[in-house]
Amino acid sequence: MTETRGTILVVEDEPEIRRFLRTSLATEGYRVVEAGSGARGAIDAGSQKPDLAIVDLGLPDIDGVDVIRRIRAWSPMPILVLSARAQERSKVEALDAGADDYVTKPFGVGELLARVRVALRHATRPGSGKSVLKLGKVSADLEKHVVKRDGAEVHLTALEFRLLACLAKHLGMVVTHRQLLREVWGPSHVEHTHYLRIYMKQLREKLEDDPVQPRHLLTETGVGYRLVAEED
Amino acid sequence: MSAVRPDPDALLARVQREEAKAKRGKLKVFFGATAGVGKTYAMLEDARALKARAVDVVVGYVEPHGRAETEALLEGLERLPYRHIAYRGAALRDFDLDAALARKPQILLVDELAHSNPLEGEPRPRHAKRWQDVEELLEAGITVHTTVNVQHVESLNDIVAGITGVRMQETVPDSVFERADEVVMIDTPPDVLLERLQAGKVYIPEQARNAIENFFRKGNLIALRELALRTTADRVDAAMREYREGQGIRATWAAGERLLVAIGPDEQGERLVRAGKRMATALHAGWIVVYVETPELLRLSDEKRNRRIALLRLAESLGAEAVTLGGSSAGAEIANYAQERNVTRIVIGRPRRPLWRRLFQPSTYGELVAGTRGIDILVVGGGDEASALRNPFLARSRAYLGAAHPGTKRRWPGYAWGVAATALWTALGALISPHFELVNIAMVYLLAVVLVAVRFGRGPAIATSFLALAAFDFFFVPPLLSFAVSDVQYLITFAIMLTVALIISNLTASVRLQANVAGQRERRTAMLYAMTRELAATRGQEPMARAAVRHVSEVFESQAVVLFPDAAGRIRHPRGASTPGSLRGADLAVAQWVQDHGEPAGLGTDTLPSAESVYLPLKGSQAVLGVLAVLPANVRRVLLPEQFHLLETFAGQIAIALERALLAEQAQRAQVEAETEGLRNALLASISHDLRTPLAVISGASSSLVERGERLGADERKALAASIFEQSQQMGGLVGNVLEMTRLEAGAIALNRDWHSMSEIAGSVLRRLQDRLESHLVEVDLPMELPLVRVDAALIEQVLANLLENAAKHTPPGTRITLRVDQQDDSLLVSVEDAGPGLPAGDPEQLFAKFHRGNTEGAVAGVGLGLAICRAIVRLHGGRIWAETRAEGGAAFRFTLPVEPAPRVPREA
Repeated sequence: MTETRGTILVVEDEPEIRRFLRTSLATEGYRVVEAGSGARGAIDAGSQKPDLAIVDLGLPDIDGVDVIRRIRAWSPMPILVLSARAQERSKVEALDAGADDYVTKPFGVGELLARVRVALRHATRPGSGKSVLKLGKVSADLEKHVVKRDGAEVHLTALEFRLLACLAKHLGMVVTHRQLLREVWGPSHVEHTHYLRIYMKQLREKLEDDPVQPRHLLTETGVGYRLVAEED
Repeated sequence: MSAVRPDPDALLARVQREEAKAKRGKLKVFFGATAGVGKTYAMLEDARALKARAVDVVVGYVEPHGRAETEALLEGLERLPYRHIAYRGAALRDFDLDAALARKPQILLVDELAHSNPLEGEPRPRHAKRWQDVEELLEAGITVHTTVNVQHVESLNDIVAGITGVRMQETVPDSVFERADEVVMIDTPPDVLLERLQAGKVYIPEQARNAIENFFRKGNLIALRELALRTTADRVDAAMREYREGQGIRATWAAGERLLVAIGPDEQGERLVRAGKRMATALHAGWIVVYVETPELLRLSDEKRNRRIALLRLAESLGAEAVTLGGSSAGAEIANYAQERNVTRIVIGRPRRPLWRRLFQPSTYGELVAGTRGIDILVVGGGDEASALRNPFLARSRAYLGAAHPGTKRRWPGYAWGVAATALWTALGALISPHFELVNIAMVYLLAVVLVAVRFGRGPAIATSFLALAAFDFFFVPPLLSFAVSDVQYLITFAIMLTVALIISNLTASVRLQANVAGQRERRTAMLYAMTRELAATRGQEPMARAAVRHVSEVFESQAVVLFPDAAGRIRHPRGASTPGSLRGADLAVAQWVQDHGEPAGLGTDTLPSAESVYLPLKGSQAVLGVLAVLPANVRRVLLPEQFHLLETFAGQIAIALERALLAEQAQRAQVEAETEGLRNALLASISHDLRTPLAVISGASSSLVERGERLGADERKALAASIFEQSQQMGGLVGNVLEMTRLEAGAIALNRDWHSMSEIAGSVLRRLQDRLESHLVEVDLPMELPLVRVDAALIEQVLANLLENAAKHTPPGTRITLRVDQQDDSLLVSVEDAGPGLPAGDPEQLFAKFHRGNTEGAVAGVGLGLAICRAIVRLHGGRIWAETRAEGGAAFRFTLPVEPAPRVPREA
């Protein structure tokens, strides 16, 4: 029998969606704890000691964002958010409140499981652990500050490099505009999203084969960016 | 011989009259010559008879005067409770109007129609007069039976006073009496009446016993009886005439008699107005009361000028049109006006000027005779005018005017300037006297008079004339420094100088006054125009009300407010900050009455005249839209008839403007409702079609899996599951589109604008649609350097997604789809071009309409909302979206997004 790969707390009020999540996650070998309300979820997060929490934003009793805040107040466990389409603002709010990533409803199982895997891995190896990134033809050694494309060195400016490093720190996970601006430019620049656009464009031109249809530096419209590297 | 057909206009008027009557209650008047003829008795007997026939008849108010006969008749009739009023320390019992309105019987008995309600009583009565209470009852559809004596009919008041020497304080307007549906004459021969009086069967208040006994002389009673009978006969005659008109019987005289009553400021006015009323009634003619404000009259004391306000208001209350004209000569003005208005008779009073003045100046009568053609001129003789002003109405008006009368304008600076001018000119004269003749110095003084007249008016000018004469005599006419005159011929010089000076001052002052009057009129017209213009340019009820208040408060030197009813018809104080000149603390109860009845009330009207403000209804063509309340700083500004009419004109203009706004709003709402209704229907039709297919697939495939899952092979199971997944994706997209459209329609979407790069958005869309665009060749054509745009990225992404999906859906697989962005002067042009069959025939704009589908029925799913959503989003961003067929074949959907100067990004060192 497969040993459990971890315990996942599902905070979701719709029984049908809970059932579907339970089935999908259990098939992959996770132990699933279900909570039908936000208040219940916040309690179970403490008592059941899950490795990861999946929180729906549209809960009937308390706001999903509040659930995230309550969990974040004492635990660094990865939190995934389920949200409906066209709710960019609440996604950003949830992420800024401490959630690690999100999945938009309706979603496919594959997408959800991939996010769960990334989040769990990130939690067990904080700081992503990898100092050399493989981005197609590009390899980036973050410790040595060396980026090579097809073996030839590519020059990155200091800010471009910090941007790349910040994304790499959360490899595979979304990073909000605010987070990026604060970490790369400093707390006084969190509103200057146009900096991000310009530098992301430069970075893509240097690192991507097709800057318009990037494969690694992905846009999460209205939310932020996500860096995806080849799995090894 | 052709039958005489009734005049359609007259017929229409009759129909309207009858319609109005049908809704109103009926008024039945028990009419008698004096008190004591048995009107109340007859009315009660009548009521008992009605009661016996099970008619719902209620006694509203009957003054029993302690008479046993009356009391006996009241037995068994339902009676309304009295209203108790505290009045100057005494407790009065009076008719309770609200109780009557609440009880709403079929027939209500209200005695003594001419009764005056105690205005200073507590609680305050709603109306000054009982006949107004009765009007309100009639309006409410209650039939009223009441009693009236002949001496109480307004226009007969004079005649009765002439006969009996006693003037009645309590009167009923003729119109009320004339509109009565039924008049029952209660006739008792004088001898019988006197017998009853002696037998103590007629109630007489103790304190008035002497006066009343004088009144009940046989001669008086005969005369009053005749008057009552004649009045009743006139009514019968009028009824006959109406019947004849109705039956198409030709009227015996040509219509169009019109009477003009010219009044002056003297005591005859009231008599003239009443005489005019009687004549107008007898002739069935319209009548106009005219007052001409000549420069001469402008100089009259305020008290006298106020009298004409009261007179004009009396005339209006008697049904006349009250007009004030301005001009130098009363006769000429009246003659002109009479010709203009096709007046057939002019009524004027006896000339009052002293004979010597008539020699120099033509009398108004003379001017009228000379100035009119084909108009009869009637001169009404004067009489005892001493009692004329006892009329309570006039007395009341005067009390108002007196109370609110502002201090007379300070004139002394004018006189001071007169003295100063004389002194200055004396000094000037002294300077030039060695070189000029004495005559020229006199001329210099005349110049001073003219200047003072122009600047300060008549009084100072006359004073200056005399002063100048004295100074001229004293300083320049020998012997010098003495008022004595050595040469007699200087006396002639003095006389001429004084005459010339006086004439000049008079003329100049007249011109000045007239210019002032004309100026004022012009200002008023200009003000009305200014308000109308501003209202026309204003949108929305509240801003209009604010503009109206500003103008009204300015023009009438008052505080004003426009009060609107809420949905339930209750008048409410306006919300929000008050504008300058706006009235706070308007009496909502009065405003409510005005709103409900559509009649003015408050100050200067007959309803609740003790209120401080005037309340005018803002009458639209269908309903009362609101109430304009005006609290004048100076009561005269509003009580003068022409001012009051001007105020009414303002109210009328405000109402028109408000109604226009209201109608526009209603039309818009109706259109929106119709569109929404249409939208809902189309949506239902569309959704039911588009959801049915995927639902059928999903339920079919899933039931196969549930029921026969174990018997299916792994590939079959996978294929079924895949089609469930695919169809549910499609349904998700559909539902998403409907939700999105609803949010856009409801205006619930606030743009989350930020700086974005168009290429980044394009990239994100292409990644999202990867699977669905697999079947086509997708080409991206973006310039290297594109400016950032400030947009809601999620929404723009949706526009692009919809356009790309559309292209994939409507073109054959394997063809090319191009996503292109071009930079234009101040915008980005984004295009999605395909190589399909091109646009369907018809207007390309139609594609962007809701629920439009290129091919109406077919395999291609979609509610037809995609392009409508695109258009809504692009418009929100200030862009434009359109479709066209490309010259090289295929369709192109393009939209623009405005480009704003982007903020700078600091360069990295």
